[in-house]
Amino acid sequence: MTDTAIDIQNLDVWFGSGRDRSVAVSQARFAVEQGESFGIVGESGSGKSTILRAIAGLVPTWSGDMIVAGEALGPRRSKAFYRKVQMVFQDPYASLHPRQTVDRVLSEAMGLHGLTDIDSRIPRLMENVGLGPSFRFRFPHQLSGGQRQRVAIARALACSPQILLLDEPTSALDVSVQAEILNLLTDLRRDHGLTYIMVSHDLGVVGHLCERIAVMKQGRIVEVLDVETMRRLEAADPYTRQLLDSSIQSSRSV
Amino acid sequence: MSDPLLDVENLRVSFATRTGIIEAVRGISFTLGRERLGIVGESGSGKSMTGRAILRLIRPPGRVEADHITMHGEDILAASEARMRQLRGGRVSMIMQDPKFSLNPVMTVGQQLIDSLRAHEKLARSECRQRAIAMLDEVAIRDPERVMGLYPHEVSGGMGQRIMIAMMLLPGPEILIADEPTSALDVSVQLQVLDIMDQLVKNRGMGLIFISHDLNLVAKFCDRIAVMYAGRIVECCKASELHKAQHPYTLGLLNAVPDLEHPRPRLEVLQRDPAWREALSVSARS
Amino acid sequence: MTTANLRDWLLSDAPTSRRQARFASWYKGWLTLRSNTLAMVGLIVLALIILAAIFAPVLATHDPYAQDLGQRLLGAGHSGHLLGTDSLGRDIYSRLLYGARISIYIVLLVAMVAPLVGLIVGTVSGYAGGWGDVVLMRITDIFLAFPRLILALAFVAALGAGIENAVLAISLTAWPPYARIARAETLTIRNSDYIHAIRLQGAGPFRIVTRHIWPLCISSLVIRVTLDMAGIILTAAALGFLGLGAQPPSPEWGAMISEGRKYILDYWWVATFPGLAIFAISLAFNLLGDGLRDMLDPKEDTA
Repeated sequence: MTDTAIDIQNLDVWFGSGRDRSVAVSQARFAVEQGESFGIVGESGSGKSTILRAIAGLVPTWSGDMIVAGEALGPRRSKAFYRKVQMVFQDPYASLHPRQTVDRVLSEAMGLHGLTDIDSRIPRLMENVGLGPSFRFRFPHQLSGGQRQRVAIARALACSPQILLLDEPTSALDVSVQAEILNLLTDLRRDHGLTYIMVSHDLGVVGHLCERIAVMKQGRIVEVLDVETMRRLEAADPYTRQLLDSSIQSSRSV
Repeated sequence: MSDPLLDVENLRVSFATRTGIIEAVRGISFTLGRERLGIVGESGSGKSMTGRAILRLIRPPGRVEADHITMHGEDILAASEARMRQLRGGRVSMIMQDPKFSLNPVMTVGQQLIDSLRAHEKLARSECRQRAIAMLDEVAIRDPERVMGLYPHEVSGGMGQRIMIAMMLLPGPEILIADEPTSALDVSVQLQVLDIMDQLVKNRGMGLIFISHDLNLVAKFCDRIAVMYAGRIVECCKASELHKAQHPYTLGLLNAVPDLEHPRPRLEVLQRDPAWREALSVSARS
Repeated sequence: MTTANLRDWLLSDAPTSRRQARFASWYKGWLTLRSNTLAMVGLIVLALIILAAIFAPVLATHDPYAQDLGQRLLGAGHSGHLLGTDSLGRDIYSRLLYGARISIYIVLLVAMVAPLVGLIVGTVSGYAGGWGDVVLMRITDIFLAFPRLILALAFVAALGAGIENAVLAISLTAWPPYARIARAETLTIRNSDYIHAIRLQGAGPFRIVTRHIWPLCISSLVIRVTLDMAGIILTAAALGFLGLGAQPPSPEWGAMISEGRKYILDYWWVATFPGLAIFAISLAFNLLGDGLRDMLDPKEDTA
């Protein structure tokens, strides 16, 4: 096992073919260390979520080299891959099956990974993400946005993965709930030694959770910088500076 | 302020459901002069319902009650539906969150602008067209002649929202209600759109109600801020005095935002006190 | 447990067991359905017809097959015949009761076969995409392009007249709309995040289609089936009327109308009562279908 959890080289991702082909990501390269938290920021349509989806195997049309958790990725993902890598989606209102209770969602995830004594594991898993046992048999419509996102995180953690792909996990939530979820993610990372790749449009959120940050624009990574450089607003690329500028302006009160 | 544009006293909005009556807004009062009032709160705090209630856009089973809602002394609650249609757009306009859903996808931008103006003023088409183009120019759209002929799917989100602002301001309303006008936009575009809206509102001496979940953003663009929680106003202060805010909820909202420049190992989490729900609404009358 | 306690238990927002969660969601659906008066009327009419079919031997006043040429074409209420007699002197009331069994039998068989075929074809086609989708949907289109009754006629003509063949013919012509609906639903569902999420847990296509997509398609299919029931009964009756469905002397309602047709000007009741029965069951299914649509609509918020 090397120290590199994720190594991406020359990644191209596209949609459609022939004349309709549109390139979503071109020549992306970055590496994430074991236990590191890596952020990807960019505006809508910059291809930041597409990278995560390509790693997770949700977008079949890509080329390049991806080595994730010591496994070189091909067109198909093995079952073992999904035991090591899991994803949390942006919208907790769309990422839970509307007809399944929390219990059903979690037990199915555990069953698929071949875990036993599911009945005793579920309460522990729910406690890990800060959900009391009273939530176990609720349907998604009986949960608030924050609670739903906790369920989605619990589902991703069901198989004790090493790597979590986080696709804007808090952008659909209120700020106070966002704070709770971000704290939860911080705690989980510390307790389980997780590696994160987090995609967000919010520099504040990425800056809070990540140590190194890639900035994307129109499918390309324009700059990778560490969070200290970012806080000192010492970005090399003009686009990054512009992004930092507007983010600082809108968060600084008069 | 001598004569407020809008005066709302003890506004209540409730919905009857199977398990009982849900009160979305529970007795709030505020006035709006020629100023910018920010209404801030989290989802479910009743802030959007307040905006809709003023325009009487709440449909049954929703119920709107108030001691009075007056616009320039005219009672909104008693106005006929025909009169309300005149007022909406003519005197009060509303900008919604996502331009994708507020623009008609099968009509060009120009047609929609012209129609919205002609609905309120009897003008020749050519004159309407000229005013529409001038308006697009005011919201900083380059080459407005060309944009007039575009369909909504051909414009970007930021431009769409500027077009919405142009359309809403075209009939010359006195009050603009902006409900999360930029939360569907990217950060860099957000400020630009808000700046434009802000300039126009100031220059025309209009009253603005800016509804948002983002306390910092509202503080930047408003004169006064009303913070809503569970259907009531828990705190009201001048935007410039936000740092002196007292209510734990307001402070909690301010501290929950991760700040790039001032990192903290843990974010503060709001401890919601049940007493906040029960405390009486603070009046936001000036 | 008292009734009030039971109600609270069912309406609780924090169920404590799998069983409670399941019962609670059923109970909420039942409450929605109950608030729709017309749907309840439909449900009650259907329940009455089903009870009548079950207890036909008890309720019938005569043997439905017993002919009595001396008593032929009697009006309603004559000498103990509640709804009169037909051209062979058989009691119409008793025949209607036994006929309900045949109608319900047909409906049940069709309702089990056609939506199931449609569901399988539609979801597989929608989830697989690509060539599989194209081939399956073109086959569906071919079936859709035929007028239903004519296709059913052709099947019955080829297979021979009889209730089972009529059911088979109706099922074979009824599935394409269900396949269309199921495919359309699948196309929207397959790209949703919860399907992505379960794929990331390593679930295979078979599991995703049967465990995750089917439960969401079934509600719209159930609605469609109840709305189509009327059409199915009418098609079965039409086949009976044309002499290609149930064979005499079986008391199928369509066949009864067909027999009564000859006397319709002088003896109206012979054809009218089976007609009213068909009307009642069709209307009941339609009303119930409307109510189910309100109840099963996945967008409905049970706040």
